[in-house]
Amino acid sequence: MSKIQATFERLQAEGRRAALIPFIITGDPDPSLTVPLMHALVESGADIIELGVPFSDPMADGQTIQHASERALAKGVSLRLVLEMVANFRADDNETPVVLMGYANPIEAMGVDTFAAAAFDAGVDGVLVVDYPPEESASFARAMRDHALDPIFLLAPTSTEQRIALVAELASGYVYYVSLKGVTGSAELDVEAVTRRIPGIRALVGVPVGVGFGIRDAQTARAIARTADAVVVGSRIIEEIEQSPADEVLARVKRLVAELRRGIDEADKA
Amino acid sequence: MAITSYDLPDARGHFGPYGGIFVAETLIPALTELKDTYAALRRDPQFIAEFEYELKHYVGRPSPVYHAKRLSDNLGGAQIYLKREDLNHTGAHKINNCIGQAMLARHMGKKRVIAETGAGQHGVASATVAARYGMECVVYMGSEDIKRQAANVYRMKLLGASVMPVESGSKTLKDALNEAMRDWVANVSTTFYIIGTVAGPHPYPVMVRDFQSVIGKECLTQMPELCGCQPDAVIACVGGGSNAMGIFYPYIPCENVRLIGVEAAGEGIATGRHAASLTAGRPGVLHGNRTYLLQDANGQITETHSISAGLDYPGVGPEHAWLKDSGRADYVTITDAEALEAFHTLCRLEGIIPALESSHAVAHAVRIAPSMAKDKILLVNLSGRGDKDIPTVAEKSGIPF
Repeated sequence: MSKIQATFERLQAEGRRAALIPFIITGDPDPSLTVPLMHALVESGADIIELGVPFSDPMADGQTIQHASERALAKGVSLRLVLEMVANFRADDNETPVVLMGYANPIEAMGVDTFAAAAFDAGVDGVLVVDYPPEESASFARAMRDHALDPIFLLAPTSTEQRIALVAELASGYVYYVSLKGVTGSAELDVEAVTRRIPGIRALVGVPVGVGFGIRDAQTARAIARTADAVVVGSRIIEEIEQSPADEVLARVKRLVAELRRGIDEADKA
Repeated sequence: MAITSYDLPDARGHFGPYGGIFVAETLIPALTELKDTYAALRRDPQFIAEFEYELKHYVGRPSPVYHAKRLSDNLGGAQIYLKREDLNHTGAHKINNCIGQAMLARHMGKKRVIAETGAGQHGVASATVAARYGMECVVYMGSEDIKRQAANVYRMKLLGASVMPVESGSKTLKDALNEAMRDWVANVSTTFYIIGTVAGPHPYPVMVRDFQSVIGKECLTQMPELCGCQPDAVIACVGGGSNAMGIFYPYIPCENVRLIGVEAAGEGIATGRHAASLTAGRPGVLHGNRTYLLQDANGQITETHSISAGLDYPGVGPEHAWLKDSGRADYVTITDAEALEAFHTLCRLEGIIPALESSHAVAHAVRIAPSMAKDKILLVNLSGRGDKDIPTVAEKSGIPF
């Protein structure tokens, strides 16, 4: 069983509704802070970590993630360095699943199979390639499965049933429902619209459904946790990193993630 | 390799290993809708008739082919003919595609169009058709390009478009494309994205090629009328590659006609400051398609350089990638300095001020014509006029302006 699947099963056994999945860009604000940040995320309540692989042209991301990616690239962060950081994190944490999220080109530059093998060796559990829709993902999904990695796919409010079925054929781990039409960090999401959509998607995909894009506070996290299997928070955390002086980054991110955690836990009691 | 029947791309937009649809899930339904609409309309006689009417009466087509006799005599070799896309309404080939896409937008009930632009020619063409069809128009343009192409920015504003400066990344065409994509994702139900070149996710490369192929189709008729035969070679500049695909495509089955694409070598390929994706790049995925890209060892897209903003792009249309690999087309490079020299040559010998983009194609003709026999024929796509480049040329050539 994959670490991701085990995590969702454990949460269910504990009677908890939803996993908290924070997202950070690897190497932002500084490569030396990434592994400590990952541990801080776990300490403050993260169940799974999504680690963004910086790319020069993050077409599906808003300004916050785009600027974080530019900062990381300016400090020389490459896909190889991301994998090294995961391996370093694994030295002290062999439980928390790590999912890499990024764009196709850095992976193709390394070679999909080489990447899959290296990611497995580093201790990565799942990979989400934003610009690999299922139609273009056959060889990627195969390489992931050959190396015991979960290929994670996006679904959107615009996805038809036919496309959800297409994703269901390839996806394992969880699927990531993008809650609004837009890029990361855009306007607030429509909780009711998400709530209406999730049960149908879950029934079709057969794996847990995470929801992200537009979740900015504990209250929204709580509302989403009532319907989704996982709550993904990215831009809000990256903003916190951006606004914190270097010596306060860890403490402030911990405080924010703990708050989101409490929001999700309150959904359990409701 | 002989290509006798050519029917690319396949149903999912692949030209061999290139092309495809590499976008986030959010955009897939919009691309599917566009693909289906275009598939139905591209063979619809009424749509075709209206497109042809617009090209004739609004754009001013057919554009002439002109024998650049003084230039040819001066070089003492092959005869150089110019396909005068610079004489189109708005001053470049870009308008052909914009008319077609605006007609699609109208058919799909979209009242807002967005576009990316580098040199500003596609932005101007988009703003023009938006005014013509009564649509709202937003043009994304890198802040570096806004500085380089002030006249075109002003033209877009006169035509009623909003010009949104893009400050991210290298602040040029590729970043404008990223930003336009972001706008499209957020406003997909109301907005039509007019991509200006033969790149992007399927169906854009095939759609833009089809709309631009009017250039080559006219040449197929005009050349025999003018000189009794088809040219020995067709030469066009390649940034994203829309003017080149437009003139190449109808010539692909003509095996005796060489197709030569000219990329921007900037300050020289060896300096790294260039925009020659096919010559110096490697295949990868960017802006929704797989194609040759200028990238570093880690797969990050590198910043490009060219004196001409319209060629300053790290990718290239996927069909060019396929034409390169299949050997049907050859791709060569011209430096900033060579393009600038060709610009001045054409101004002085023929009384034609070419765009700096098109000057790259002219420069290659100037390079190869002298060693060819006088009865050989080179057909150069003069894709745009150079009025927009006058400040750049003045600065580079030390002419007070």
